[in-house]
Amino acid sequence: MPQTLSILVVDDNRIRASIIEDGLREAGHAHVHVITEINEVAARIGEIAPDVVIIDLENPNRDMLEHFFALSRALQRPIAMFVDKADPGSIEAAVDAGVSAYVVDGLRKERVKPILDMAISRFRAFSRLREELAEAKSELENRKAIEKAKGILMRTRGLSEDEAYALLRRTAMNQNRKIAEIAQSLITAAGLLEP
Amino acid sequence: MGLTPITIGYVPLLDAAVLIAAQEQGFAEAEGLEFDLVRETSWANIRDRVAIGHFDLAHMLAPMPLSANLGLTPLDAQMIAPMALGLGGNAVTVSNAVWEQMRRAGAGPGVDAWQAGLALKRVIAARAKNGSPRLRLAVVHPESGHNYELRYWLAASGIDPRHDVEIVIVPPSFQPDALAAGRIDGYCVGEPFNSVAAARGIGRTVTTKSSIWRSSPEKVLGTRLQWAERYPERLGAILRAVTRAARWSGDPANREALARMLAREDRLGVSDAILMRALTGDLMLGRGENLKVDDFFIPYERAANFPWQSHALWFYAQMVRWGQASHSAGNAQIAARTYRPDLYRAALAGMGMAVPSANAKIEGALVEPTALGAQGGMLTLGPDGFFDGTQFDPDDLDAYIAAQSDLPAQ
Repeated sequence: MPQTLSILVVDDNRIRASIIEDGLREAGHAHVHVITEINEVAARIGEIAPDVVIIDLENPNRDMLEHFFALSRALQRPIAMFVDKADPGSIEAAVDAGVSAYVVDGLRKERVKPILDMAISRFRAFSRLREELAEAKSELENRKAIEKAKGILMRTRGLSEDEAYALLRRTAMNQNRKIAEIAQSLITAAGLLEP
Repeated sequence: MGLTPITIGYVPLLDAAVLIAAQEQGFAEAEGLEFDLVRETSWANIRDRVAIGHFDLAHMLAPMPLSANLGLTPLDAQMIAPMALGLGGNAVTVSNAVWEQMRRAGAGPGVDAWQAGLALKRVIAARAKNGSPRLRLAVVHPESGHNYELRYWLAASGIDPRHDVEIVIVPPSFQPDALAAGRIDGYCVGEPFNSVAAARGIGRTVTTKSSIWRSSPEKVLGTRLQWAERYPERLGAILRAVTRAARWSGDPANREALARMLAREDRLGVSDAILMRALTGDLMLGRGENLKVDDFFIPYERAANFPWQSHALWFYAQMVRWGQASHSAGNAQIAARTYRPDLYRAALAGMGMAVPSANAKIEGALVEPTALGAQGGMLTLGPDGFFDGTQFDPDDLDAYIAAQSDLPAQ
């Protein structure tokens, strides 16, 4: 039963770690341990005795982690999860998702695959979330810049708010650039001209 | 016909220079290749991504293809090292506090391995007596030249690396921070991370790889055996391009251009002034002391690119010595066959560049630069001595391994 597996998630990104943890718990895995600080692994590896370790491939501490496993004999001969020899496609998918997982030798593929799938899908969900957040943030900044540029035009050229916006939009269209870019240039230029 | 794309992984370190130069200076293109260099964050990633075919080849720790073939790693892919990427380049740096103790125990000036080793032995003995914790020293990976040269140096100096100190793994670029924060007391790492500690004033370089074992191997170009067998022409072209790039990199006239190329934020991201230190061997040891080391890092001279099977066997002997691998005739054969001088020689035939005709040599036998006959001309090797005066004869592997099991008395 998958419930009997002890799963260790090592990730210095707390938000991502908790998203992966939630996914694993929802999938019925009760023994999920999350460690965000790599130095903690050495101390706790023995008590956790993980069957599966999930770690971000981009984590430069992978070398350190492998060493801990070897020292504690917690994972006798760690096998990268994406090493499913019969299925190079899932290996590629796991690596693309940035997930590298280690399982104890002899752990059967049927038991491990759902964990890997879960980790990958949660990892992707996190990436999507981060992209959306970045987009929302830049959208907000653009709007602020446009407001500020309108204010400058209204003050220096005596335009109404609508006229100021129309001027920004016309300039952007003529120069084939985004309104936010024009607004940003205007703010920069105004900054330079200030006494 | 377009260029053939070749994906190569590397870790941002000085000895990735020859691969970066091969791409940037057009050596790859001249062979009809387009190098796509992918910067990686860990040696485990390098190894695994070569094994699953993400990378055609990679900048690899010299013992790493051996450990893969000896079954010490997660993946079962067979790996080979058809070329080495240079000699030397590492050093051992300790914290200012440890250096102060070593200095009082007779170390310095300079980086003499004997002197530094004896001083460190005294420091360790004194610490044990007054109940101080063991010194914690970092290396970059368990199967690395760093781990083996550090342990060799300690053991030959009368320090048991298994009990007298603690050896931990820390990624190269994190080592200076770990030293500054007091989490480790010293480290053995490749450049530029010794110079970085000196520049930041947080440590002192106490000895160099070239002082422990002159002309010793460091990184290799590693690939899957399967890939090499499938694309022999590509591999040959790569070996030629990278060898030309190594020759270019070793030319003093090109050092400044090379340092600028490597300094870029998307390459090593370390200032070219610091990189020039290692390239010229004009080392900043720390605490205001500078030292010129002639053979600190050798990208091309002294057959630096030749994958000597005696190097592979020395690494294997260290794996056995420190309990990572068990010794058998079969394992020794696996280790020796991981390095492929035959492929290197075949690729360079007719290029007018001298390549050794032997596959192995007695390590530590050359006390001065020695000319030898080689395919394609004359070649000067060595000196290649170990600091403790021992020799490694690959034909007498059993005796060497047996002799090494005698560790220093506690």
